[in-house]
Amino acid sequence: MSVKLTNAQIAWRAAQDIPDGAYVNLGIGFPEMVAKFKPEGREVIYHTENGILDFGEAPPVGAEDWDLINAGKKAVTLNPGASFFHHADSFAMVRGGHLDVAILGAYEIAENGDLANWSTGPGSVPAVGGAMDLVHGARRVCVITDHTTKDGRPKLLKLCRLPLTGVGCVTTVYTSLAVIDIVASRFVLREKLAGISFDELQALTEAELVVEGAVKDLIVPEV
Amino acid sequence: MNKISPNLEDAVADIRDGMVVMIGGFGGSGAPIELIHALVERYRKTGSPNALTVVNNNAGNGAIGIAAMIYAGMVARMICSFPRSSDPKAFTDKYLAGEIGLELVPQGTLAERIRAGGAGIPAFYTPTSYGTQVAEGKPVAEFDGRKYVQERWLKADVALVKAELADRKGNLTYHMAAQNFSPLMATAAATTIVQARQIVEPGEIDPEHVITPGIFVDRIVEVPDPKQEEALLREGAQG
Repeated sequence: MSVKLTNAQIAWRAAQDIPDGAYVNLGIGFPEMVAKFKPEGREVIYHTENGILDFGEAPPVGAEDWDLINAGKKAVTLNPGASFFHHADSFAMVRGGHLDVAILGAYEIAENGDLANWSTGPGSVPAVGGAMDLVHGARRVCVITDHTTKDGRPKLLKLCRLPLTGVGCVTTVYTSLAVIDIVASRFVLREKLAGISFDELQALTEAELVVEGAVKDLIVPEV
Repeated sequence: MNKISPNLEDAVADIRDGMVVMIGGFGGSGAPIELIHALVERYRKTGSPNALTVVNNNAGNGAIGIAAMIYAGMVARMICSFPRSSDPKAFTDKYLAGEIGLELVPQGTLAERIRAGGAGIPAFYTPTSYGTQVAEGKPVAEFDGRKYVQERWLKADVALVKAELADRKGNLTYHMAAQNFSPLMATAAATTIVQARQIVEPGEIDPEHVITPGIFVDRIVEVPDPKQEEALLREGAQG
């Protein structure tokens, strides 16, 4: 496949759907990139599981306070109006439905909204962190991911094969080729790259892609 | 009332073999390195305390802190959510060799189990982990049309906590985001042992700023220039 979005472009696209005033949790790694692409003029408050609301960018090298970190254990700074809290309060924000958006990575997503993103199966040290909590509670649970695995197999499946993070939890998937909502246990195609046909996209997707209304072109700038 | 302990050695002297030890911190943030190392030192000299169960979000990084406990051989089991780090060798090698146990708990469930332990709530229901491997064998119940998993409280014999300010009555504040699990662990342990950067007179901590009220604290030792685990690791510290 010749045309697909870079990770930065996927992150850019996901960032456009974060509304002004939203409380947002970005998963460790790739999802952290979404913060860079927040549209000008929107105020977004970021939550990190270890107990900060309203943290900002990384400090300059040498100016870190290692008691001021995010869930990825990277040093951060504070925005005016930030707050600290313990872990029970932090996960009350998560499970209690107080977050507007959570953005996570994925190994597999199924059309029923099931997500697998924490374990590639036996043989390694299992580590789950806050992922199983984050998929419950946020109003929108978004996944950003390449549309297929590195060797070209579909990641958008009828049923997940890897150990689940949560059942029926994903609301929107932003991939390297398309934007897809999960509605009533179906992948509803909202946007796709103009350079790929519906049939080509379907061939890279195990579960059926449903069209309801217009499918827009997925247009993302070079970032 | 005076909860001040004269030194680190005395502060950890009564931690015995087989105990469950909660250790505050999220990665290096809030890790009570000096208390942990006092415990490791005692183990190296005397062979005790051995066969500990350690509760922490992680399972050690590099060769200091909890990783030093694991390398020393005094940890039988970890209860944690994320036993990975930039250098997880201490835990990973022993885990893959079957020499250390692991109870993997989702992070929010870990926090809530500790909170419940401290609050006298033996069990609770959470949406977290429903339908996953982690929920296998646990009771499930439906509330208002949605399924939830029953989780049990988690309590400990001892909690080790790093605070910023403390007074002799045990009131605590924390630095930046270093509190993470510590205020919860302080409630859930039979004995809570605190290292504080500074011990001040009662009243010097504004009651409006107290995070952990003194009732949850048993013992305080002043460590005026505490090491930060992440900073130590970046300096290349060895165990």
